[in-house]
Amino acid sequence: MAAKKKLMQGNEACAEGALYAGCKFYAGYPITPSTEVAEIMSVELPKRGGKFIQMEDEIASMAATIGGSLAGLKSLTATSGPGFSLKQEALGYACLTEVPCVVINVMRGGPSTGYPTGPSQSDIMQAKWGTHGDHPAIALTPAYVQEILDETVRAFNLSEKYRTPVVVLYDEIVGHMREPITIPEPGDLEVIDRAKPDCDPEDYKPYDDKHLIAPLAPFGEGYRFHVTGLNHKEDGFPTNDSEMIDINNRRIMQKIDDNIDDICKNDESNLEDAEIGIFAVGSTSRSAKFSVNAARKKSIKAGLLRPLTIWPFPDKAVGELAEKCKVIIVPELNLGQMVNEVKRVAAGRCEVVGIHRVDGEPIKPAQITELIEKYS
Amino acid sequence: MAVAKQKLSVPFDYDKYLRKDKLPHIWCPGCGHGIVLKSLLRAIDNKELSKNDLCMVSGIGCSSRTPGYVDFNTLHTIHGRAFSFATGLKLAKPSLKMIIATGDGDAMAIGGNHFIHTCRRNIDMLIIVYSNAIYGMTGGQFSPTTPIGSIATTSRYGNVEPPFDICEMAKAAGATFVARGTAYHTQELERTFTEALGHKGTAVVEVIDSCPIYFGRMNKQRGASEMMENIEKNGTVSVKQVDKLPAEKTEGKLVRGILHRVEKPEYCEQYDKLIVAKATK
Amino acid sequence: MADRYEIRFSGSGGQGMILAGIIMAEAASIFGDKNAAQSQSYGPESRGGASRAEVIIADAGVDIDYPKATAIDCMLALTQTACTSYYSDVKKDGILLIDEDEVTDIPEGDFKVVKYPILRAAREDIGKSIVGNIISLGMITELTGIVSREEMENAVLSRVPKPFLELNKSALTLGFEKASALKKEL
Ligand SMILES: Cc1ncc(C[n+]2csc(CCOP(=O)(O)OP(=O)(O)O)c2C)c(N)n1
Ligand code: SF4
Ligand SMILES: [Mg+2]
Repeated sequence: MAAKKKLMQGNEACAEGALYAGCKFYAGYPITPSTEVAEIMSVELPKRGGKFIQMEDEIASMAATIGGSLAGLKSLTATSGPGFSLKQEALGYACLTEVPCVVINVMRGGPSTGYPTGPSQSDIMQAKWGTHGDHPAIALTPAYVQEILDETVRAFNLSEKYRTPVVVLYDEIVGHMREPITIPEPGDLEVIDRAKPDCDPEDYKPYDDKHLIAPLAPFGEGYRFHVTGLNHKEDGFPTNDSEMIDINNRRIMQKIDDNIDDICKNDESNLEDAEIGIFAVGSTSRSAKFSVNAARKKSIKAGLLRPLTIWPFPDKAVGELAEKCKVIIVPELNLGQMVNEVKRVAAGRCEVVGIHRVDGEPIKPAQITELIEKYS
Repeated sequence: MAVAKQKLSVPFDYDKYLRKDKLPHIWCPGCGHGIVLKSLLRAIDNKELSKNDLCMVSGIGCSSRTPGYVDFNTLHTIHGRAFSFATGLKLAKPSLKMIIATGDGDAMAIGGNHFIHTCRRNIDMLIIVYSNAIYGMTGGQFSPTTPIGSIATTSRYGNVEPPFDICEMAKAAGATFVARGTAYHTQELERTFTEALGHKGTAVVEVIDSCPIYFGRMNKQRGASEMMENIEKNGTVSVKQVDKLPAEKTEGKLVRGILHRVEKPEYCEQYDKLIVAKATK
Repeated sequence: MADRYEIRFSGSGGQGMILAGIIMAEAASIFGDKNAAQSQSYGPESRGGASRAEVIIADAGVDIDYPKATAIDCMLALTQTACTSYYSDVKKDGILLIDEDEVTDIPEGDFKVVKYPILRAAREDIGKSIVGNIISLGMITELTGIVSREEMENAVLSRVPKPFLELNKSALTLGFEKASALKKEL
């Protein structure tokens, strides 16, 4: 028992989670505050038959990560703001070509080089809309060190299951803090591997629309197929047929929409009778929990909705919250990203107010408490 | 090497390597890209490479459409990044035989950084640069290899930027096999590709190619055959003759043939030899 | 113990404040059965400027929500700059442990101040100024009682390389003993 417990940093837990999930390939480019992930993977992967490569930039890193995955290995890359921006075109490529991979973004303040060492949550929207075109987006938002490990495993699982890139977003506070965590034994957590085709290579269609998610063959094992970022048909080859283009573009969205309950995950505290709801992720949600506990001691009916999946957006949970609360407070380390989504879902059913901070400091519990008390 | 001294590889069965149902290709009549592909397929045949192991990766451009037509593991990626996708694939699965199809714009402009770093790593792959001195796909803008003075849709007054020498660049960056061929000298090109496919490490073959539709039309080379003649007569000189000819006959001409070949440790092998060996000790 | 117990280690880059934070967190959560969260100021500051690490400790099974200090139970300051910049979060009746040679301008407040020439003792009594952080850990253990001597000793010894075991052990013991005496005056 005690032997399995370890004091770990968030970024270390991320690497540990990736390895647990069976990650065998990492390509990246160093950037604060994510670099520890690369440093650990560079040590651990070669021990376990995996491959690590430091590329010349984040564009190349994202591209190599997709390449590694097409060769059949579970692949990871980690970065922060500016690097996440550079990865976007290739990330969209992975969405359309349906290549599983996991992208860690330890967010930093921006725009541009911004504040590399301060916490931020300003890539919430970039994780959804960073690449051009309509595309599926899954993004997870762990807030505790243990959760970074668990959610990195879940990121790989979702990515393999739905054949799509999954982004894990967390802030510098969670990335660099240390907490005692339990390292799972093999078998403790579910690990999902992508489906591989069992048909004759002649009959293989990498985007077969008989399946919502077709099996993916690794390159070099007899299934000689084509992958392109152009709109393609079931066999993977480019098409100009508008019906085909439409079917495929809708299918890659539908595979997420149809499985929203499997992908969404929320942590709720004190919501049963809540009149004041708080919606927060990452380190900010920890401040919020602190404030909720303080409010409850004063018999103020405050509660916290803490999504672990921010994309697809937890419309259902937020809708329920809007039904029962008079206000939803949305503290976030940006100038207003999630708050607008909450407003969209609340659609006037309750008041929605944001608390925003972009000075490189965390949102303090006192700031949230002040607003809770104002509404109580 | 074991290259048969065939006179002409005329009755050659290209179909065995092509995805016939994906033809006709998108290239314009007279475009040199298809000729380059034919030389490559003959070279692949010379080396008796397995289609299941062959992996062709490209970026974006007319030339980058090549992978769609060949019956290998094929990946058509995003503009300029083919090298990086290919690096990931090769490192993850070293048994793949990598060939990159890229254009002068794809490789030298947007992908220039990846190009030099790929050469530096000396990772085992054959990079074929279809060098037509123009952005064909987007309709004829000048590229990093367009000669000074040439007309393009974004250099209507004549290009003022000096061009890159792709081969010099590859060599300087660390590629261990560097050659230049042309879409006119097809048998020589086949031999060059055959040699390149037998090389371990990063092999770069620049192929002087023609885009009659844009480069040709805008630069008073009225047709595909005229462009080919130009390549033959005025454009290049063989590396075997360059020292024997008088200076006035070689001046301003690009040298054809294998320009650089050295043995150096290959990236994936080094990874196993140095990193994995230490990590698993 | 209240819901949370907050400790801040502050000094300048290179004095091992982050390591001290990590060791405290391990003493509490790995060698002890409490929960802990350790964080640090990160960035240019940690390269020579003022440096700080924080540890929040809670009983086993109690979640630590906000991971940074809110009302500090015990703060260490090894330099004047660190003391001046960070002391204001120390709570009423909290402890401010200062290096008495380094911190001459002692802040006033309703907290208790404990003074000891920590770095001098490291240099002169132990023979290595680098162990100032370990002496401090010994003192904080004794002053706060938040972890036991044994838990702290196990945590320290698990973090230091073999050849330096004895050195660190004596530094820690020195810390325990000095604080034990000073505690009586509080
Ligand atoms: C990021 C990005 N920028 C620009 C383009 C547009 N684009 C497509 S192909 C191309 C140039 C291709 O030229 P080259 O590589 O020389 O190939 P060619 O068509 O001449 O064979 C450009 C600029 C793109 N697809 N992606
Ligand atoms: S535009 Fe030029 S390069 Fe493209 S296919 Fe036509 S001739 Fe070839
Ligand atoms: Mg071109």
